[in-house]
Parts: sequence; structure tokens; C-alpha cells
Amino acid sequence: MDLLHGFGGQLLLGAVSTVELAAASLVVGTLFGALGCWMQLSGSRVMRGIGYLYAAVIRGVPDLLVVFAIYFGGSLTLASLTGRYVEINTFVAGVVALALSFGAYAAEIARGALLSVPQSQREAARSLGLNRAQALWTVVLPQAARIALAPFGNQSIVLLKQTSIVSIVGADELMRKAAEASGATREPFTMYLAAACIYLVLTGLATLCLEWSERRASRAFGS
Amino acid sequence: MVGASRVTRVRQLTMFDFSLVWTVLPTLGKGALLTLKLTALIVMLGTLLAFPVALCRNARSRTLRVAANAYVMFFRGTPSLVQVFLLYYGASQFQAIQHSVLWPVLRDPFWCVLIALGLNSASYTGKTLAAALAAVPRSLREAAFSLGLSRIQAFWTVDLPLAVRAALPAFGNEIILTCKATSLASTVTLLDLTGTARLLTSETYAPYEVFLSAGLVYLAINYSLMFATRRLEALLDHSR
Repeated sequence: MDLLHGFGGQLLLGAVSTVELAAASLVVGTLFGALGCWMQLSGSRVMRGIGYLYAAVIRGVPDLLVVFAIYFGGSLTLASLTGRYVEINTFVAGVVALALSFGAYAAEIARGALLSVPQSQREAARSLGLNRAQALWTVVLPQAARIALAPFGNQSIVLLKQTSIVSIVGADELMRKAAEASGATREPFTMYLAAACIYLVLTGLATLCLEWSERRASRAFGS
Repeated sequence: MVGASRVTRVRQLTMFDFSLVWTVLPTLGKGALLTLKLTALIVMLGTLLAFPVALCRNARSRTLRVAANAYVMFFRGTPSLVQVFLLYYGASQFQAIQHSVLWPVLRDPFWCVLIALGLNSASYTGKTLAAALAAVPRSLREAAFSLGLSRIQAFWTVDLPLAVRAALPAFGNEIILTCKATSLASTVTLLDLTGTARLLTSETYAPYEVFLSAGLVYLAINYSLMFATRRLEALLDHSR
């Protein structure tokens, strides 16, 4: 890696952190999304209100603002709880912020997918003697998952790119490594271009995975 | 001790201070003006550039198609933050640029954000527009030709109006995404809404109040934008 003045390895390490950050945010974000969707479809008005408010607020503000709010607000909360100044872990703050953002979109996707499964499917499952949980798990969810796959995958790719903003509060991922390498070599264009190429490979691989799973998921429909 | 005084401040500020929201709102308003200005200019630049991108993507020439696809792939496949940094920090690497007429523009963070996010927006809008243009039924164009319209006339009076109307919902979404993306301006020293909020936080040590206020301003802007684009869609929709 003579081209990158020995920083190639550092950038690759950064890419690994980026993937870890994205994977952790995806898992936590999906949980937030499931929770948000469950609240939005809940019978209680208060729960529905909170579920919709969550999605509406997060979707209306920039992710960077959410990252700042979690990072600085989280530091202050921890400080007031423990009584001394604590620096919050940037990886954790990043995962929480990115997951909050992803969850808001995931909730909308999940709600749309669940509602698009015809009511008759649920009724048919119930009339066959399945209880509510069984009907949801074996009849409604498999059909909804197929509908949600494409938008969910696209949002995951957005998430992968959005991990870059966590570098602003100092999380040690690809963007951060590129910034450090730029400072050390005084070749910011080379370093950011290298980072851009790595992101391109990551999003390209994610797109291929998504296309493959979409093909697999649509296969059963034909038979 | 700095640390000790900071802790006392922290303790004093654990309660949510509503009066602080009113104090910071005027300053945040100034930041919001820059956010709005950037959003408007980026959307304009992005829309303007979306037309050549869309035409190249649908062009008969293979070279043009490959070039447009590569452009769209780069801007959609990499984070906007890399694009902004590549232009703002990257340009300084080259002596040739520093001595050229471009330098006053590329040295200015405002122009860098505008150009980087404008190019980014053009890739998204261009892709939508290309798909919308390709979806215009052939029969409509043939009907236009048979009425004696030239290719250019048919494009302007038949293809484009239909494509624009079809692309409008996605375009409205793109405006809101652009407004949110302008928050990246704060990473290259600009005092937009996010940048101002960050500055106010370091001055007041009150992240809850400041970021909540900034969030409310963003919500007001974005939901107004959403309302406006929905109205525009309804106005242009003659089928109803």
C-alpha cells in the first residue's frame, strides 16, 4: 500500500469498524423499528401517539443532530447520574443515534408491510384454529417480510453510509481514519478518495446481497 | 479547577430549562436562514443538473449512458460527508487548484457544500427523472409526432410535463432529504442550524434545551416543505 503512504491498513481497520457500527445499529435499529411499529398498531391511543411521534420527529430532523443530541445529552445525563464528568463512549452513542434514526424508518416500513397483507389471510388462519400469535407468526409475518425486504434493505444501505457522520463526534471508523491519514500525509484528496472507494465497495456488496435475497424471496411466489 | 466548576454547572442544569428554549431560538433562527438558503440553492443546482444526467442515462450513445451511470453510482454509493470533505479538504492538496481561478470558490466552505450536495442531489433526482421519462408511454410520443410536432417539441410539451408530474412525489422527498443533508455544512465550519446548535451547546452546557429547540425548527421547516410539495402535487394532478 505504498500509494497510501502506509495508511492502507489503517483505512481497512476503519472499514471493519464501519461495518461493525452498521451491523450493531442495524440490530438495535430493527428492535426500535419493531417496537415503534408495535406501538403504531397498538389499540391504545397513547401508545399509537408515541409511536407516530417518534417516527415523525426522527424523520424530520437530520441524523447529525440526533448524533449530537445523543452524544452531548448522553454525556450530561451520565454526568448528572454519576456526579462527575464522564466522556460517553462514541461507539455506543453512535449506535444509539443511528439505531434511533433507522428504527423510525423501519417502523414505517414494517407497518406498511403488515397492513398490506390482506385481512382475509388473518381471518382464514384464525378459522383454521390458529391463535393470534400463531396466525401472526406463520401466516402474516412471512408475507409481510417479503414486501418489506426491498425498502428495509435500501434503508440498511442508507444506514451504512450514515455511519460516516459518527466520525464527527470522534468514533473511530473509516471516515475518522481517513481524516487522521489526511492530517498526517497532507494528502486529503487521496485519503478521502480511498475512503470513498471503500464505501463504494461496501455499498456495492450490500446491494448485491439485497438483490440476491430479493430473488430468493420472490422465488416461492412463482411455484 | 475547571473540572469541578463543570460538575457544579452540570448539577445546576439537570432540570430542563424552558426559558432557555426562548433565549436560544433567535440565534437558531439565524442558523435556520443559512439552512434554508443552502437547501434552496442545492435543490436548484440539483434539479438543473438532473436534466442532463437523466438525458444521458436514457441516451442512445453507450458512452453517455456509462458516464451517467458511473456518476450516479459514485454519488449514491458513497456518504455525502465524504463528498463534502473530498471537495473542501481534498482540493487543497493540489497546487494547481490553489493557483487557479477556482481557488476562491473551493476555499469557501459554503461553495463546497453547495457544489458537493448539489451534485449529490442531481444524482438522485436524475435517476428519478430518467425513470419517469422512460415510463412515458411510446404511443403518446407517436401521437405527438403524427400531429406534426418535432422531436424537441414533443419532448417539451408531452414527455417532460408527464415525467415531471410522475417524479414529483420523489422530488418532494428529495427536498426534505436535502434540507437534512445541509446539516453537514456544520462539519466544515459553517453556522447553519446544526452548527449554531453545536456552538450554543458549548456555550451554555445545555444540550437538551438547545438540540430540542433546533430539532423543533427542523421539524417546522421540513413539515412546511412537505405540506408545500403535497399542495403542488395536488395542483398539478389534473386526473382528479
